[in-house]
Amino acid sequence: MNEIIKVTDLNLWYGAAQALRHVNLNIPEKTITALIGPSGCGKSTFLKTLNRMNDLIPNVRISGEILYKGQDIFARDVDVNLLRKEIGMVFQKPNPFPMSVYDNIAYGPRTHGIKSRARLDDIVEQSLKDAAIWDEIKNRLKKNALGLSGGQQQRLCIARALAVEPQVLLMDEPTSALDPISTSKIEELCMQLKEKYTIITVTHNMQQAVRISDKTAFFLLGELVEFGDTEKIFSNPADKRTEDYITGRFG
Amino acid sequence: MKKQRAFEDFVHGIFLFLGLVTVGFVLLITVYLVIAGIPAIREIGILNFLFNIKWASTASEPSYGILPFILTSVYGTAGAIILGVPVGFLTSVYLAKLAPEKIRTVVSGAVSLLAGIPSVVYGLVGMMVLVPGIRRLFHIPDGASLFAAIIVLAIMILPSIINVSITALEAVPREYEDASLALGATPVETYFRVSVPAAKSGIAAAVVLGVGRAIGEAMAVMMVSGNAPNMPELFGSVRFLTTAVASEMSYSSGLQRQALFSIALVLFLFIMLINAALNFFLKRSKE
Repeated sequence: MNEIIKVTDLNLWYGAAQALRHVNLNIPEKTITALIGPSGCGKSTFLKTLNRMNDLIPNVRISGEILYKGQDIFARDVDVNLLRKEIGMVFQKPNPFPMSVYDNIAYGPRTHGIKSRARLDDIVEQSLKDAAIWDEIKNRLKKNALGLSGGQQQRLCIARALAVEPQVLLMDEPTSALDPISTSKIEELCMQLKEKYTIITVTHNMQQAVRISDKTAFFLLGELVEFGDTEKIFSNPADKRTEDYITGRFG
Repeated sequence: MKKQRAFEDFVHGIFLFLGLVTVGFVLLITVYLVIAGIPAIREIGILNFLFNIKWASTASEPSYGILPFILTSVYGTAGAIILGVPVGFLTSVYLAKLAPEKIRTVVSGAVSLLAGIPSVVYGLVGMMVLVPGIRRLFHIPDGASLFAAIIVLAIMILPSIINVSITALEAVPREYEDASLALGATPVETYFRVSVPAAKSGIAAAVVLGVGRAIGEAMAVMMVSGNAPNMPELFGSVRFLTTAVASEMSYSSGLQRQALFSIALVLFLFIMLINAALNFFLKRSKE
């Protein structure tokens, strides 16, 4: 399988505190990778490093290499905005813009220079269909997105991320603020999306990792303890710490 | 147990009373202005008072038309808004979102200082620097004009516009901006397409507050506007609603004095209108 992201010896410091230690990890294309581990273990930090959202935090220092399709994302000539177009992100709390459903989806394409109304109409429809929410809100495209339910808002945010045609989708605990029914809808959606996209998701929910992911990475205190097929990690972990965590002995 | 309760009630009572003192003053001023302002309007006739373009209060056949004052106040305020809002708005975006910490500290400090300068000082500097400057620059006999007043007012309303806009922009949830950046928008794009629209009610409130400050200012504009009761011209000597009251009050008598109260009443109504608009925007920005 093609590896779309290759991480080599990644270290990250917030000021003097080291948040990631010597992380090595290769992520295969069109799979779902779950990042698990107790709070503060560095999994969200790792996720945000992949689209360089950590750049926005003062006093962050990074060493090591991340290759996206063979290109070093920290290289001087990399356009961060194009990188973020390629590697989209869905946040923990649904965060639609306080504007209409249509404008939410069209925001990304407009940012990247698409002005034709017909093209935007197509993109909005296709993105909402891909995010499995078109049928629910096709009659409310002009309504403010903040009026949708939490689960709908999160799928809208996924649609918004899809509208700029990314290759990779980063998800930071996308279901932790949602009810069980909305959660299962998002999980189903992820399974459909991996046909076209590579998904990397942070989750606190062990069952969710088992249900949807192909690969699992277990982080502890900034270290990548174990990375491999989800099935193997959860049935026969190589590391004692992984076993202790997934069996609920700590975390 | 019982005593505690009585004490609580007592303190509540004191607070209520102190709160009502403020309300009382507002009511007192309103009632007084209405009572003092109505007689002259009756005598002159409301249409004649509001729309006659001639103010000659001390002539042998006096005329009490305040249209020049109303228009001067409206034009002066509009001019100050046209000049002051873009500067204030962009400054607030810069300070709230873009400025490095050090520059932010310096500029915010300067803005606070600007707010603290007494209006007579604005007037003085305007009189000594701005008025002669305008006279020389535009080759007119006297620089004291509507234009000079507009510039002074534009500077005076900057602090209110900047401070209220900053508050509104800082209240925009970080998540909105993150979402925009994660879609590949640049920071500046993000501020103008996400943060500013999200803060628009607060920014509108800032503009209305600026209008209120501009229309109510008397001292500074009196010192730079020439103070002749002409219909407004950009480079002509003009008199505002505020300065019309202030400049004749000390020597007025009879109907003239009553008419000054009527002018104050008109000004008061403008301010009320602006306050209603302000409350509307502030309420909407909270929702």
